[in-house]
Amino acid sequence: MDLNLFFSQLLNGLSSGAIYASLALAIVLIFRTTGILNFAQGEMALFSTYVTWWLADQGLSIGLAIAISVAVSFVGGAVIERVVIRPFEKASPLVIVIATLGLFLALNSLTQVVFGTDAKQLGSAFPDTVWDVWGLRIEAQTIGILVVLGLECVALWVLFQRTRIGLALRAVADNPEASRLLGVRVGTMLMFGWGLSAALGSLAGAMVVPTTQALTASSLQSVLVFAFAAAALGGFDSPLGAVVAGLIVGIARALTIQYIEPLNNIELVVPFAIILVVLLVKPAGLFGSTQVERV
Amino acid sequence: MSLLEVVDLSAAYGPIQVLHGISLTVDAGEVVVVLGANGAGKTTALRAISGLVAAKGELRFDGVSILGRHPESIAHRGVSHVPQGRGTLAGLTVDENMRLGAYSRRDREGIAADLAEWYDTFPPLAKRRSQTAGTMSGGEQQMLAVARSLMSRPRLLLLDEPSLGLAPLVTKQLFETLATVNRERGIAMLLVEQNAALALELAARGYVLEAGEIVASGTAENLSRDGEIRKAYLGR
Repeated sequence: MDLNLFFSQLLNGLSSGAIYASLALAIVLIFRTTGILNFAQGEMALFSTYVTWWLADQGLSIGLAIAISVAVSFVGGAVIERVVIRPFEKASPLVIVIATLGLFLALNSLTQVVFGTDAKQLGSAFPDTVWDVWGLRIEAQTIGILVVLGLECVALWVLFQRTRIGLALRAVADNPEASRLLGVRVGTMLMFGWGLSAALGSLAGAMVVPTTQALTASSLQSVLVFAFAAAALGGFDSPLGAVVAGLIVGIARALTIQYIEPLNNIELVVPFAIILVVLLVKPAGLFGSTQVERV
Repeated sequence: MSLLEVVDLSAAYGPIQVLHGISLTVDAGEVVVVLGANGAGKTTALRAISGLVAAKGELRFDGVSILGRHPESIAHRGVSHVPQGRGTLAGLTVDENMRLGAYSRRDREGIAADLAEWYDTFPPLAKRRSQTAGTMSGGEQQMLAVARSLMSRPRLLLLDEPSLGLAPLVTKQLFETLATVNRERGIAMLLVEQNAALALELAARGYVLEAGEIVASGTAENLSRDGEIRKAYLGR
């Protein structure tokens, strides 16, 4: 076996896996605080990415464009919670699923109406340096993406474990009514959670586009599928699970493409086969604690 | 002026009317008990006062109307509701629960001092401060619910069946602590309780709630001498 080829595919898998992990983190964040599976997460990230593209197109540096887009997405996510999701607060989970699917379609169309349907080019925030380590090609892009994921994890950990607002977010996820009685403004916390999640999605979008060819209205859809897969594999209520499973799914996909040649699109099958097996053995996911109800 | 004034308060769950215009007061520093059978509306009364259930009528805390306000803002005003089932944040640690009790406060030193004091008052909680709250016994969780409420420095504690599911000895200790807290801190309490004997010992006054209406009221002494109340709630 060509070890070099194996490791270079492993690196490929890690970098796409880190992006799945980012979006899976966003999904898990909303699920933990609200119990909602947000099917519009990918399209929220899509819109954010177009915002990043537009800002860069206006002449802003890519880093600044991403930073502003993250902030805009935070506000946008909070507004979506308040305007689109909150009215269904007491509705059945099925209704909320439909609402997020509606949001999916609406955001996709809105993106095309606002930004047009032609493919856009978005540069990378990272230099295109390539290092040669014992014959293995390591791209700065890959390392950059992994570092961003690492920073996201540290930032979320500090937020949830070390700050007052993080503690309140966890309280709301645990028992909303008891939290209200303690004076925690549950509505504000839900908006904050959705905002945070949209901000993470914005980062994921800004990282994924430079690795593919161009930005189109369908750019984030396969990413969403793999991110959902990662969230299921890791356990919908586990941020750690989202990260580990995101990387697993990314690696599984990359290695499948490399080593299982005969079938077209086989890379879509293998990660899901792994997930199926894991969930048969451990329905709550690798790190999850609650059983996910079927809706 | 009473600390809490409830006048002609009604509440319903959908089409089912649960409270039919009840009136009661709690003075500053006073302990008041509401007695009543299961389904009489005791829990609903507390939930209406803390804003969890929509109500009609008049509801004033410290002279200001709190009717229709969010539970969060009523909590910020100094009403702390220890709900039935204790409202434990089960996945958080004891310490995190306690710190959330002080969520409406900003004075870091005061919070730290209170934390130390309540851990002193409730040693089992201090021993388990980094334990996940949901893994504690019922008695310990009830202790936590009360201690957590006290962390907000409330002026009024609403206590819903604190003795529920507790061993008699644990209940007795809990009521002794409540009496101490009331005496030393002057925190008023509105207590809903099935254990009428203990509750009437703690309280200065009481009301009897039947089918959503107040049917009797008086000092704890008079209520515990009343023949019918003795038969219905004291079992003798």
